[in-house]
Amino acid sequence: MRELSGLYALWLREFIVFTRERSRIASALFTPLLWLFIFGTALKTKVTVTGAGAGMDYRLFIFPGILCMVVLFTSLFFGVYIVWDRKIDFLKEVMVAPLRRTTIFMGKVLGGMTDSIIESVVILGMGIFLGVSYTLSSLATAYVFIILLAVGMVSLGLIIGSRMESPEGFGMVVSFVAFPMFFLSGALYQVEDLPPWLTFLVYLDPVTYAVDGIRGALLGIGRFPLALDFALLLLYAAAMVVAGSYSFRRMKV
Amino acid sequence: MRETIRIEDLRKVYEGGIKAVDGVSLEIGRGEVFGLLGPNGAGKTTLLHMLATLIRPTSGSAWVNGYHIVREAHKVRQSIGIVFQDPSSDDLLTGYENMKLHALMYGVPRDVLEDRISRLLRLVEMEERAHDLVRHYSGGMRRRLELARGLLHSPRVLFLDEPTLGLDPGSREHVWGYIQDLVKERDLSIIITTHYMEEAERLCDRVAIIDMGRIVALDTPAKLKERVGGEVLKLKIRNPRLDRLKKGYIKKVETKGDYLYLTVEDAGKHLQEILAEVGEVESVELRTPTLNDVFLHYTGREIREGPPEGGYGTRIIRARAGR
Ligand SMILES: Nc1ncnc2c1ncn2[C@@H]1O[C@H](COP(=O)(O)OP(=O)(O)O)[C@@H](O)[C@H]1O
Ligand SMILES: [Mg+2]
Repeated sequence: MRELSGLYALWLREFIVFTRERSRIASALFTPLLWLFIFGTALKTKVTVTGAGAGMDYRLFIFPGILCMVVLFTSLFFGVYIVWDRKIDFLKEVMVAPLRRTTIFMGKVLGGMTDSIIESVVILGMGIFLGVSYTLSSLATAYVFIILLAVGMVSLGLIIGSRMESPEGFGMVVSFVAFPMFFLSGALYQVEDLPPWLTFLVYLDPVTYAVDGIRGALLGIGRFPLALDFALLLLYAAAMVVAGSYSFRRMKV
Repeated sequence: MRETIRIEDLRKVYEGGIKAVDGVSLEIGRGEVFGLLGPNGAGKTTLLHMLATLIRPTSGSAWVNGYHIVREAHKVRQSIGIVFQDPSSDDLLTGYENMKLHALMYGVPRDVLEDRISRLLRLVEMEERAHDLVRHYSGGMRRRLELARGLLHSPRVLFLDEPTLGLDPGSREHVWGYIQDLVKERDLSIIITTHYMEEAERLCDRVAIIDMGRIVALDTPAKLKERVGGEVLKLKIRNPRLDRLKKGYIKKVETKGDYLYLTVEDAGKHLQEILAEVGEVESVELRTPTLNDVFLHYTGREIREGPPEGGYGTRIIRARAGR
């Protein structure tokens, strides 16, 4: 019971801070606009989508990828807030509370997940202008993937953050992880266009399965079966949650 | 009476080999206000954090409220409150929100929660600013908020790490007042760390002097000072009648120019008598031994004085730059 109200408290704090720092939302939504409407428009006539989605507008094709990009970056960089908590010593207040370390970790994960969900609502709204037609079930499926991706990536960000002293250091390390994950995921291109040795790396990237799953759900042009995308992403998220709980147990305040 | 805290040969060696706490053994009684007095870097915070389960001891054992600090860390956490040396509230939240989150994390029952929050905010005279962001509080206000927060879940032991470090004299007086009220009203043991002799004297039943991770003396503040040699009375006087000062409670007489220095036991009690006997006095100054005097007496060294790090002034400024 206390664990539950503690979890609620930790989530609530993240949520209040998120709503108080509106600039966070604005900056998170600015980049995808650039990608979709400048980059996408520029390349639209140069790139032809082949295969299942042959002839599709390039902007529509990258739309699930851009959605995943927002979730990926917001979630991964959310880990910086554990570094901040340590810096402002709020972490001491939390770690001295009679709560399980797993609860403390999950409170943070829920907080980061909420940020990602709110931002993805806005991105999905932009999709209407690109001509994405939603159904209840396509939206629900997309959200399953968004949530799994968010949980996995917030966890990874927190694992990195739990070991870092400075926000700057955190930013550098996470950039090293975030950009390869994004560019390897097939968010902007068709994986068939890559040489085989790169394809191997693409398959190792969990974001690949989120992009593919959401593409399948919203545009009907998934490369893998939805169930496979789902299973692999679930596995990744679960592994990250376990690793994250463990790293919070060993974390210094 | 079972003790509230029992410490047995507790040690903490940080990476790099710094022996921050080097074999401390102590017992602290129920309802006692206990002081850990020592200079910067003596190991006070490290000792407190070990008792509060935030740092794992290198060796030794300790029990808080009967629970072992490593094996039963969860139960220890449930039964203690702590106000850290550096501010630890979220400055993007209001004072009230910080209180509420704390109450939820400690499982304070919903039906008493609001009532308790407002009662404690009133106690530290913060109810009017409760809905302002902590970011806009002064160091003293923040300290008061965190003191109230530490009491929210009715702990049986309260740790206060340098409760007035970095506060101006007015705020310091305030905080001392609240602590003294707490002692009167509640069945609460309080452990205070400080490097102000005056603070230890005002608040504590017993004081341990700690230096380089070891306890070098432990007694009531009065006894500690007595062992140093009592208080020094500084009198400005032209022609002191020294012959009349041959009394048992006057330990030492020294003259420097127009000034007469008397080392006196229990000076407050004998002041009248001395003034009546010694002659025409122009001014009087009573100097109580400082931590420096006490420290010098027990260790033979002066305190390495440096500006205290952290506290509620500098820390807030540092934390604000960013986020
Ligand atoms: N995390 C740490 N790592 C290494 N050394 C530390 C750490 N924290 C404190 N110390 C060192 O341990 C000693 C005791 O510090 P501390 O417990 O903060 O003393 P105090 O609270 O009495 O000022 C100091 O020499 C300090 O530099
Ligand atoms: Mg300290």
